[in-house]
Amino acid sequence: MRELKILAVVIFFTAVVYWGVEPFAHSQMHPHVAPADFAFKDLGVNSKKGDAAKGAETFMSAGCIGCHGVSSQGMAAPMDHASASASFGVVPPDLSTAGAIYDKNFLAALIKDPTKALKVEHKFNESRPHPMIAFFGLGGDIDQEIADIVAYLQSIAPVTPMSDKQVFADACQRCHDIKYDKLMSTTDKEALKAYMGTVPPDLSMMIRSKGTEYLTTFINNPQKQLVGTSMPRVGLSEKAQNQVIAYMEKVGDSKKAEREDLGYKLIGYMVLFTLLAYAWKVKIWREVH
Amino acid sequence: MAVETSRRDFIGMAFGGFAAAGGVIALGAMKKTWDPLPSVQSAGFITVDLSSMKEGEVQTIQWRGKPIFILKKSADMPKNEKRDVIAAGNTYAVMIGLCTHLGCIPTWAPATKQFKCACHGGQFDASGVNTFGPPPRPMDIPPFKIDGAKLVLGEEGPEYKKLVPKKA
Amino acid sequence: MAEIRKATGFIDWLDQRLAVNKFIKVMMTEYWIPKNINFLWAMGVVLMVLFMVLIVSGIFLLMYYKPDIKLAFDSVNYTIMQEVEYGWLWRHIHGVSASVIFLVIYIHMFTGIYYGSYKKGREIIWLTGMALFGMFSAEAFSGYMLPWGQMSYWAAQVITNLFGGIPFIGESLVVWIRGDFLVADATLTRFFMLHVLLLPLVILLLIAVHFYSLRVPHVNNQESEEFDFEDEAKKYLTGQKVESKVVPFWPVFLSKDFFVVGVALTIFFYLVCFHYDFAMDPINFEPANNMKTPAHIYPEWYFLWSYEVLRGFFFDIGGVAAMDIGLAAFGFANVIFMLLPFLDRNTDHVAPAHKRPLFFVWFWLLLIDMIVLTVYGKLPPTGNNAWVGFGATITFLVLFILLPIITKMEANCKCNTGGCK
Repeated sequence: MRELKILAVVIFFTAVVYWGVEPFAHSQMHPHVAPADFAFKDLGVNSKKGDAAKGAETFMSAGCIGCHGVSSQGMAAPMDHASASASFGVVPPDLSTAGAIYDKNFLAALIKDPTKALKVEHKFNESRPHPMIAFFGLGGDIDQEIADIVAYLQSIAPVTPMSDKQVFADACQRCHDIKYDKLMSTTDKEALKAYMGTVPPDLSMMIRSKGTEYLTTFINNPQKQLVGTSMPRVGLSEKAQNQVIAYMEKVGDSKKAEREDLGYKLIGYMVLFTLLAYAWKVKIWREVH
Repeated sequence: MAVETSRRDFIGMAFGGFAAAGGVIALGAMKKTWDPLPSVQSAGFITVDLSSMKEGEVQTIQWRGKPIFILKKSADMPKNEKRDVIAAGNTYAVMIGLCTHLGCIPTWAPATKQFKCACHGGQFDASGVNTFGPPPRPMDIPPFKIDGAKLVLGEEGPEYKKLVPKKA
Repeated sequence: MAEIRKATGFIDWLDQRLAVNKFIKVMMTEYWIPKNINFLWAMGVVLMVLFMVLIVSGIFLLMYYKPDIKLAFDSVNYTIMQEVEYGWLWRHIHGVSASVIFLVIYIHMFTGIYYGSYKKGREIIWLTGMALFGMFSAEAFSGYMLPWGQMSYWAAQVITNLFGGIPFIGESLVVWIRGDFLVADATLTRFFMLHVLLLPLVILLLIAVHFYSLRVPHVNNQESEEFDFEDEAKKYLTGQKVESKVVPFWPVFLSKDFFVVGVALTIFFYLVCFHYDFAMDPINFEPANNMKTPAHIYPEWYFLWSYEVLRGFFFDIGGVAAMDIGLAAFGFANVIFMLLPFLDRNTDHVAPAHKRPLFFVWFWLLLIDMIVLTVYGKLPPTGNNAWVGFGATITFLVLFILLPIITKMEANCKCNTGGCK
């Protein structure tokens, strides 16, 4: 039938244009990157089994609380946000939930060599040291000591599941705003600008501008998608990172569920509309054919 | 009868002409309403202190809404007498950081000592001269004045007039 | 003045004052459309429906949108997208229909070219149609600026800069259009005015003329057959509905169109709710930043072919700058479709392209070339891409230079009744 032939031609050319300007063009502009690596294989594995009780002592002697607070254990941060911003460039994180949200392997590597774990070696070197000082050990087996500290951090981490928003706050809010949910960076903006080179973007709509797939690989390893960016690798466990993305979706794409639900209804309505229209058309045209 | 007609013609044409003139004047007023406001037009003057810059460093500042690149040339960058700005004995390249093709902002690639435009692949050397791609001319030099080791943007000093001949 | 009698009912009362019965006859029940048509003839009504959808969704967006560079982005992405009940729906509908309407415009346009519906009395239909295409382009461009995202800003920057290539007045013209040295608040507010008032008014007016211009030469048909509409209408009215070559606009023609509209809207709502990225570029969900150019800048898909013509010339030729040649080619591309009725030198012969062998080849080459331009208009213009773009641009220009020649050959052939070698 002629109409179907014409329809096939229209569909064919529309599909070619769509393929060219969407999937094909995007594959050319954004080359595919390897999937997120939540084992952080490039950092090696600390195979030592940590002892939380010993870790607590090591944690105190290592001087961690010189900069970090552990509010859940009654250890307040030594400085308020403003002075911490001024001295470090960015507010050091409170470690109450670190054992829950960061990967164990990543934490161990971070304590040993921050710039390497954070993948910011292009920004920090001997002449411009990273504000977090590497842990050089207390004289014993350094890997054991680190494993103990990590075990300690895991032992004090909250047992009840954390909310998506809380994970986001602990992992991202030191630098980023989510102004659509009234979260503002704890670090002072001017200090951040000096520290990062630019004010880190507000993340309210990032879920719509980047999408889940990009965010998953980007947060896991920013350098993979944006070579030379000053954003450090965050080191979140897969679960925590998914929570961060879920939170961003809740803020930036809050009507997603409604959209998908309504989508089925609208399509269903139009299908019925079309069927009725067809029946009516057949009835009307019977007279003129 | 003929007199009647011609008089009517005259009155009609005078009326038509008067109405048309009013229309043209109104169009003029509309054109002016679209003009940039005085507050926008009033030139911004920015003073930049160059003494703290390091060799090979690029500084980007905003002037009249445009990015201005200031590069302190290191010894290994070729000099360009037609474009270099000398202040307190040092050589700088100063340019409006907009690609002369369609106005995107090129980025400085320190490895190759080039400005590269992400939009359409244009490239400029350290002096801001176009070397590849669609840009039709080097990046523009903003009007400036040298004041010791300081650079005043927005004012046309003698050094600027030497680099950029008066527009015909 | 007609005598006003005591009305027999409400319709009669209205009819005495507004001549509604006559009006309905002229506009609907005795507005004659050829019977021998296919679903491509429904695109006009589909366009009308989409335009109505744009107006309605636009009205609701207008209630919450704030044309100010400090407020625009958040008024769209927070107020409309997150807070307002069904605000997201209006925005998605507005964005997706703005994109889809261009697909339908292109189908409508190429249908007209294929069946020769642009000549021999139908020139005004074609010209007003192309004017509508131009106005819709301006409408799309001005609307795209309003959310004040990265792509809004940089597309505005790049496109307004095009005027800078005009000799002598270029630079001051750019500043005049923008109302500032850069795309800024003044630019946003004036394009807002254009988008919500001036351009829609012009479009409505043009639609009226477009429809009116259809009345005199009548709608074309699948075989481009010429017949006496009045005779055929008489046949229809006397009950010879099957023999008559025409059908009334209402209900016969529209009953088929409603079915096509139903199919189109089913696909449309799928796109609105599940597959909208093609029409609402993710980059535009980042707020505008005049100090940071996105890695890739490209216009919406429907502008890509002319954009590629613009940048197809990437090297200077004979001392003329690449940019100036590109701008000239771009200007050419934007007016040449207007001139189509006058470039076709086989003026008396209206026939579908498959009955015009040379024109048939020309038609498909043009379509394929425009698709190549569209696809390469989005890709980064480096290496081979630049050369493909250059080749396709040259092909485009050559095709339109050839059109008068091949149609003249066709006319000289005197074989319009078939049997041409």
